[in-house]
Amino acid sequence: MREGMVRIPSGCAVSAVMNKRGRRINGEPITRSIACMHDRSNGLGGGFAAYGIYPEFAELYAFHLLCNSEAARLDADAFLQKNFEVHRAEPIPTRRVREITDPPVIWRYFVAPKRECLEYRCIEDERDLVTEAVMTINNRIPGAYVMSSGKNMGVFKGVGYPEDIARFYRLEEYEAYMWTAHGRFPTNTPGWWGGAHPFNLLDWSVVHNGEISSYGINKRYLEMFGYRLELQTDTEVVAYLFDLLHRRHGLPLPLVCRVLAPPFWKDIDKMEPAEREAYTALRMVYGSALMNGPFSIIVSHSRGLIGLNDRIKLRPLVCGKKGDFVLLASEESALRLLLGDPDEVWAVRAGDPVIVTMERSVAA
Amino acid sequence: MRSIIPPDFVIRIDHNKCRRCGTCVRGCGFGALSFARSLWDRSLAIFKGQEDMQKVYSRLEGYIPDHVVGDNTRCVQCHYCVTHCPEGAINIEPNPLAYKASHHWLPEYMRNVWLQAETGGVILTGSGNDKAYFSYFDHMVLDACQVTNPSIDPLREPMELRTYLGSKPDALEFDRFPDGRLRLKTRLAPQLRLDTPIVFAAMSYGAISLNAQKALAMAAKEAGTLMNTGEGGLHKDLYPYADHVIVQVASGRFGVNAEYLERAAAVEIKIGQGAKPGIGGHLPGEKVTEDVSQTRMIPVGTDALSPAPHHDIYSIEDLAQLIYAIKEATAYTKPVSVKIAAVHNVAAIASGIARAGADIIYIDGFRGGTGASPLIIRDHVGIPIEVALAAVDERLRQEGIRNRVSIIAAGGIRHSGDVAKAIALGADAVAVGTAALVAMGCHVCQKCYTGNCSWGIATQRPELVERLDPEKAAERLVNLLRGWSLELKEILGALGTNAVESLRGNRERLRGVGLNEQDLRILGVKPAGVGIGG
Repeated sequence: MREGMVRIPSGCAVSAVMNKRGRRINGEPITRSIACMHDRSNGLGGGFAAYGIYPEFAELYAFHLLCNSEAARLDADAFLQKNFEVHRAEPIPTRRVREITDPPVIWRYFVAPKRECLEYRCIEDERDLVTEAVMTINNRIPGAYVMSSGKNMGVFKGVGYPEDIARFYRLEEYEAYMWTAHGRFPTNTPGWWGGAHPFNLLDWSVVHNGEISSYGINKRYLEMFGYRLELQTDTEVVAYLFDLLHRRHGLPLPLVCRVLAPPFWKDIDKMEPAEREAYTALRMVYGSALMNGPFSIIVSHSRGLIGLNDRIKLRPLVCGKKGDFVLLASEESALRLLLGDPDEVWAVRAGDPVIVTMERSVAA
Repeated sequence: MRSIIPPDFVIRIDHNKCRRCGTCVRGCGFGALSFARSLWDRSLAIFKGQEDMQKVYSRLEGYIPDHVVGDNTRCVQCHYCVTHCPEGAINIEPNPLAYKASHHWLPEYMRNVWLQAETGGVILTGSGNDKAYFSYFDHMVLDACQVTNPSIDPLREPMELRTYLGSKPDALEFDRFPDGRLRLKTRLAPQLRLDTPIVFAAMSYGAISLNAQKALAMAAKEAGTLMNTGEGGLHKDLYPYADHVIVQVASGRFGVNAEYLERAAAVEIKIGQGAKPGIGGHLPGEKVTEDVSQTRMIPVGTDALSPAPHHDIYSIEDLAQLIYAIKEATAYTKPVSVKIAAVHNVAAIASGIARAGADIIYIDGFRGGTGASPLIIRDHVGIPIEVALAAVDERLRQEGIRNRVSIIAAGGIRHSGDVAKAIALGADAVAVGTAALVAMGCHVCQKCYTGNCSWGIATQRPELVERLDPEKAAERLVNLLRGWSLELKEILGALGTNAVESLRGNRERLRGVGLNEQDLRILGVKPAGVGIGG
């Protein structure tokens, strides 16, 4: 039974670090941090998202592919060649690690959408073509799965403990201004690399600890807008909700968070009129996007980071600052291992997002 | 001609317990109980001239008081007498009279043939379809959390049932204040706020008494929900409750005028009713009293006939015109609802209604009640609300227009479990008619159309109406809504959620037990035993 065919709830560890001025660090601190929470995962999934790792291809979409076989990769390859100008295609460098067994075929493609494809299909936003390509590869090309599809970023994930995954992908060789990490404790045995976190679409990545009790309606809501939730993971829901609400509906990020974890009516009723009207409308219109149930999530995109807890904080998440760095982790111990003792540490409040944005002057 | 139809029930009176107080005799709206005075007198007359016997009886006179006898042929099993007898001396039993056993010719079918052989008419009935059709509600179960995600305790955490009915846009736009705060830019269509996702179903003044309507209005106000006038107009006594009233515009246009539209929270165009899809209404002249005549704007004592179709709606574009005529008349300040009966093509019809501009679609399933309907229509036309609701919700989602309308599901909701299941299938709210009447005392005897309701609910006879104290009845209704709301909160908490919108349309939290594949597919529900996402 492959994940994507069954839905697997899981407990987890999450961790993240970001430099607001774009200073890049290698993968060692984030690995240290997530490894510290070893017991929060069970060896059935670990992964990392790294931003700023491909400055030489900054204008190209970096497709990280997981393929069950070389044949599946060739199918995906043909599809990509048809729709994109492929500037470079290569296996992602890995090293042999005793704990990581039976890895799939792992490649990366640096691509740009073909102009004629956009024109012929009347697609205004090239990101729509990329999104569609990701959906098509995941759903229509058997054995191929897109790990990530953003610019100047990439996801590295698989089955194993996160610290072993980090060694496997040689993450110490990459430099990023933002790292997120995930260790997974699925309550089942998936053994499928695509099921690990982070989950990515375009430059949006999500690591997630929790189970969304409202999954059924969140899924049906997203399907109404053309999303296909084939993986059946909660994390996929988070990523698509951000894509829909922020990119397509243009809601500012703080409001997106308020849709996912809205204030209670008793608090909305106490707000001053304009605010009350705004929040009432938000809950009326986006009730089906409310993510109910326990979660702590870290959502990252090329210019920032969001930490969010469910509306009654049923999962842990702590935040910290150290100089220009912002730190997030499931546990304070893991947070302290990132870059040494931080200047400030606090628990993220229920439903109250931590939103960090790169400083304006920094080009990322 | 004397009827050959045997009575359905047998009235048993324990004469040892009976104190001859007369409560039951006065109480029965159907005149099924009386003192046996006349029988005694007749006995004396028979024995007149027989000196010996007369001597015996005249000596007994004064010692044997009158006793209560029941006329079984008039009894409808409404239990008013049973409930109110201070001695507990009355019981109503099914007539044990045996028929030659048959799985096909059940006694009720023979009874109906006899009735029509005697009268040549259409058999009328009240309440909802009582036939043993398969119940989808009874073959679906809800989920609960264990270990991997925690359930939430409604006694300790907020648990939200607030619901807004009305058309919603797909997306919202915001402006930024100079100080950085956000202000809503999108202008929303009018919305109805409900504190619990349960409204009272449409029941007209005429079909039910003014006291019953008052009770519903008071309860709706108290509980933060809505009552619905049905098609009988709005009595002046209900004007203070205007913010909690949906007024109906039906094919008879009874009581519809500018003030009527004004004094309402929303306006509903009634196309059909679950108990009698495709046919009109008939309020017998006996129920059209002075007051009803005023409210309906028709002469006293005339039959109030609602035509089967609206005579200005022969297609969907005509409906759109009426919707917008009402919106114009109310300056776009009130949501317009369209009520339809659940029929085979309900999904496509609902889609048309949404596109015609309705804010709310009210779907009434075949178990829905009525004040009067031909029995044959009530029991054999229309489809169950569960499948109709599932089909409509899914269709509107496939077309990407689910946000445009709210769905009220009605027709057979008996308890908060049904409410939760209907919401999980996709309803924004449910409407309860029969359950509300039962809360007020109704025993579902199905004789609403006779106007003799002993409980003072489905009658206009003043001596019966006055029995129903609107305030006490309202209190019972509020209690019912409170009880159901508390249960809904328990269900939400067990599901690990704390807002009703997380249950709405969340069929993932429903499972079918004993449903076949086709049913499961239509309901969009997985069979029990299959895990999440399986």
